Amino acid sequence: MTHALAHDAAIDLVGFSFGLAGKTILREVTFSVRRGEYLSILGPNGAGKTTLLKCIDRVLTGGSGRIEVFGRPLGGFSQRELARRISYVPQADGRVLPFTVEQFVLMGRYPYLRPFAAISREDREAVAEALRTTGTLEFRDRRLGTLSGGERQSVYIAAALAQGADVFLLDEPTTFLDYRHQAEIRDLLARVNASGVTIVAVTHDVNRAVLDSHRVVALREGVVVYSGPPAEVMQPDVLRRIYDTEFLLVPHPGANLPMIVPGVPEEGPP
Amino acid sequence: MKPAMKPAWTLAALGLAAVLVTAVAPFVGMEDVPPSALWGGGDAGEAAILWKIRIPRVAMALLAGAALAASGLAFQAMFRNPLAEPFTLGVSSGASLGAALAIRLGWESHALVWVPAVCWAAFAGTLAATLLIYGLTRLKRGFSVATMLLAGVAVSFFFSSLILLMQYLSDFTQTFRMLRWVMGGLDRVVGLDDVLTVLPFVVTGTLIVFYLTHELNLITTGEDLAASRGVEVQRTKIVLFFGVSLMVGAVVSVCGPIGFVGLMAPHIGRLLVGADHRVLTPATLLFGAAFLTVCDTLARTVLGPAELPVGILTALLGGPFFLWLLLGQSDLEL
Repeated sequence: MTHALAHDAAIDLVGFSFGLAGKTILREVTFSVRRGEYLSILGPNGAGKTTLLKCIDRVLTGGSGRIEVFGRPLGGFSQRELARRISYVPQADGRVLPFTVEQFVLMGRYPYLRPFAAISREDREAVAEALRTTGTLEFRDRRLGTLSGGERQSVYIAAALAQGADVFLLDEPTTFLDYRHQAEIRDLLARVNASGVTIVAVTHDVNRAVLDSHRVVALREGVVVYSGPPAEVMQPDVLRRIYDTEFLLVPHPGANLPMIVPGVPEEGPP
Repeated sequence: MKPAMKPAWTLAALGLAAVLVTAVAPFVGMEDVPPSALWGGGDAGEAAILWKIRIPRVAMALLAGAALAASGLAFQAMFRNPLAEPFTLGVSSGASLGAALAIRLGWESHALVWVPAVCWAAFAGTLAATLLIYGLTRLKRGFSVATMLLAGVAVSFFFSSLILLMQYLSDFTQTFRMLRWVMGGLDRVVGLDDVLTVLPFVVTGTLIVFYLTHELNLITTGEDLAASRGVEVQRTKIVLFFGVSLMVGAVVSVCGPIGFVGLMAPHIGRLLVGADHRVLTPATLLFGAAFLTVCDTLARTVLGPAELPVGILTALLGGPFFLWLLLGQSDLEL
């Protein structure tokens, strides 16, 4: 990474290692996320993808090496300051929360709220704007527990928008969603990205990652095994290095890129 | 759950109910006391009953009810466990152990910085029990609702056996005082001394809870998400534990352990105004204060002239409520 590029970085990791309970999860991770970029993080289960997001957002603390956010060491941020720069959309965990959509999105304003103080007009406007952008305004009074998977994900992204951060870290934003809702969330993220927000998304959908992102980073057993343009991921040996399994690739009719297609069973289709 | 009324109106109604309870309760009892006794009308005996016995007792019930409700609210959010409260987690037992120890050592007449030694000892016991539970949850992340309750039961048993041991080793009068005190009641409150001792602790504790309503909301959504939104989760939890310990220690040192107020009040609050702690906190406090005052008024009249320890009454109401929650009538939601 040249100095000029590093200067342009939203997030820089240099030789970052992290372990929990004596087990190393991330080893010497080095890569940068450029401002305004859409970066996808790939890798098999247990590769350390979620841990990586949590370390960048300091939900998990500790580790060795360096993480810088907009050129400043992560340790130099207060938790509130960091929340104004980075927001995190966790994996859907099925937990039923008792809050209404509007209450939940308002919680995204936490880094700007003060104890005992009334909610400011700026906060209300940020919430209304986030609800409008994500198309969730109409069910702002519904409780989170009553929402479908796609609606829930839109609401979590709305809260991240209300947080006013420059970087979104998303953990499997479209997993568990049907095709239509996947497409809706993808469009939403594309719009958010186009508005200048840097996006780092963990995903298992290699095809989508390659079509949607500017760059791809792949982890395996906590080590970066690929970092570069999306098109070059789509090679059998690169994919094998990441996932340790065989892939069948065919050209995409519209995108001039190879795509992964499911293999046919050895005995032929039933 | 979506509240039926605007939370502001519900809060106003709750406030009004609390004021009414406060105004009526001092005039309910075995002796009829006319309202004029308040400003020196009636005879000296009536004025004494009102000012020395009933008003201090109502004041203590309000304080204790609010404190226990606030503690339950904070615990339920922090442990993300709808059945958490000082009583079910064994924290009240810790306070009882501290107080029993102080009684056993004959410290009842001692005081430090105007606060009775029994109160300090109860506070230390509360803090120890709270830290024990907190340590257990840190040791094993993702404690389930049931596991945590079992841990609370274990902690409770442990402290209770120590109290029993102390009673066994004490003389008859000390044993009786401990036993009566462990039942939980407000009958010890005579005059305003106890009220004035407990007041600063309860005010400090509830102010801490009010100060952290945003944080309580966020911690309810999960500690990781709360941290990502800018909450200093561990620091917040430690401050809340400290605030809860202050309140519970002070209340238990005077009233003994009174169970289930801290369990019920937050749930009733949620039914009335929803889950947002900015309105839920005042609603829970008002309900807790009014509820314990009503219970205590019943406790000192239903068997009249004998007194029923109010802890028995709250447990009679709270036990079934607890089972109802446990059986999932409300999906164990926070």
